[in-house]
Amino acid sequence: MASRGAIPILRQYGRRTLTQSLADPASIPGAPAPTDRRTARLNRLRAGDALFRRMTRAAALGVLLLLGGVIVSLLVGSTPAFLAFGPGFVTAEVWNPVTDQFGALAPIHGTLVTSAIAMLIAVPIGIMIAFFLTELCPMALRRPIGMAIELLAGVPSIIYGIWGLFVFAPFLQKYVQPLIIATFENVPLLSDLFAGPPYGIGVLTAGLILAIMVLPFVTAISRDVFDSVPPVMKEAAYGLGCTRWEVFRSVILPYTRVGVIGGVMLGLGRALGETMAVTFVIGNAHRISASVLAPGTTISASIANEFTEAVGDIYTSSLIALGLILFAITFAVLSAARLMLARLDRGKS
Amino acid sequence: MTGTDQLANPALYRRRARRNRLAVALAYAATAFGVGWIAVILAVLLYKGIGGLSLAVFTEMTPPPGAAGGLLNAIAGSAVMTLLAVLIGTPVGVLAGTYLSEFGKHDRVSAIVRFVNDILLSAPSVVVGLFVYEIMVAPMGHFSGYAGAVALAVIVIPVVVRTTEDMLNLVPDTMREAAASIGLPRSHMIVHIAYRAARAGIVTGILLAVARVSGETAPLLFTALNNQFWSMNMNGPMPSLPVVIFQFALSPFAEWQKLAWTGALIITVTVLGLSVLARSLTHRR
Repeated sequence: MASRGAIPILRQYGRRTLTQSLADPASIPGAPAPTDRRTARLNRLRAGDALFRRMTRAAALGVLLLLGGVIVSLLVGSTPAFLAFGPGFVTAEVWNPVTDQFGALAPIHGTLVTSAIAMLIAVPIGIMIAFFLTELCPMALRRPIGMAIELLAGVPSIIYGIWGLFVFAPFLQKYVQPLIIATFENVPLLSDLFAGPPYGIGVLTAGLILAIMVLPFVTAISRDVFDSVPPVMKEAAYGLGCTRWEVFRSVILPYTRVGVIGGVMLGLGRALGETMAVTFVIGNAHRISASVLAPGTTISASIANEFTEAVGDIYTSSLIALGLILFAITFAVLSAARLMLARLDRGKS
Repeated sequence: MTGTDQLANPALYRRRARRNRLAVALAYAATAFGVGWIAVILAVLLYKGIGGLSLAVFTEMTPPPGAAGGLLNAIAGSAVMTLLAVLIGTPVGVLAGTYLSEFGKHDRVSAIVRFVNDILLSAPSVVVGLFVYEIMVAPMGHFSGYAGAVALAVIVIPVVVRTTEDMLNLVPDTMREAAASIGLPRSHMIVHIAYRAARAGIVTGILLAVARVSGETAPLLFTALNNQFWSMNMNGPMPSLPVVIFQFALSPFAEWQKLAWTGALIITVTVLGLSVLARSLTHRR
């Protein structure tokens, strides 16, 4: 082999780095005899290299430790509540600080319902915006419109909260909710779902605000995966005479299905854990109502509202147990999202 | 579908065209809906907040109910805690990102760290508050600015890890090989070559992290709590702009609510300004 002369060093030292080999020049065949000063200096460099590597590795492991710490501290903190109420904590609806009786069902229900409302609205709209941005939008407008949508993700959640409480909820109460109630008054099932009175704040309002908040996440990921469709596939479909909608519906969407679902799950993870915006507008009532116009609560809103005022170990511990449940749910959703998006990346490369 | 089919079946052709027009119209409507919300939110913020914007907001303390005042102590508290959070979070985040990109790019530990980091990136911030309450506030027995800063640092770290890794990955390998070929030790290569090449990107990550934490409320509620007075004592409860907004907005006092709107405007302008600045840093390259 022609390169044989150059290779032995690499072969001989295997996984050792070039620096390590240089620091020990005596081991390189044909190298000049080392002076003491040079050896000392190279040794210093080698030690510095090893130290730097260990520091970065420690920081990376620190990230793991962070997650471990979160899980352990939540487990420890929630132990008194689970010891007192057993697994029934998850299915009990009672929430009474006076008698120290706590159950997580109402907050869990509220979390799931508000997130479901948010996703029902945000997913179709987010995907349609991504369709617009990738297929319909004139090139010059793509950046500004894309950025405007991304700004929605940048607005802090407390701003959505204060806006929701003082502007959006009164608007819904005055104009939208009476209309909804009147429309569905005589429709079975729906009349229960939209039973009055119009409070303004409540589960529906929280769900609508969440929808606006997760919209940019769904749009951003959908847009990225739509952009990943090879142009030749789209061109082939257009060449067959497909309309834009048919290209989107039958070529782009099937090709990017996994990625879109991953993006939706990422948005869902956000919606489930969102705190401040929901705290402002949900009404903080620990009860389960059939009507989405009634006040309710979510896990994160209960914690934010009650934690600093909680007296007694059981009360505090119950709130931490709520946090543990929330973390478990979001962990599952986010893991699923990441695994799907990772599968996509592997498939592409 | 061939041309003759279309001619033979004009009803089908018209139906397809109609469906396409409907879908395109819906896409336009959806985009208008999305852009409309950001316009409405910003307009309301300006309308409600700009009236209260005066010099007093930046020079006076938060007032008792019924009196006039400003937000100085809240702004200062936010600034101090954010600064400390960035000072803690940035070195850890940059080093961890360095490991993921430079040392352990393909090893199993990195795969797990990457996954966990992505989870932390979108974990509910209220849970971070509970975590820091458990490890700092409960053992120390009192709320403190330090606890608030640590809670914010927990949010800073994943953002910085992610952007650092992404930006280092963009540095061409030929630069690393050139550095190695003149005998630079690996740590020097990373610090003097790779970091320098990726500097704009890493700064972007830090700015994005600052933008993210300056609006965070939930993790501060039960770590730093709040303080109605001027306080630079990091070992005691500390005020912060988001928590003051939360308290004032939900109060029944008109002056407090007005201050809350002004604070909301300040936060939003800061956060959006930071993220636009961060983006322009990387896009120019």
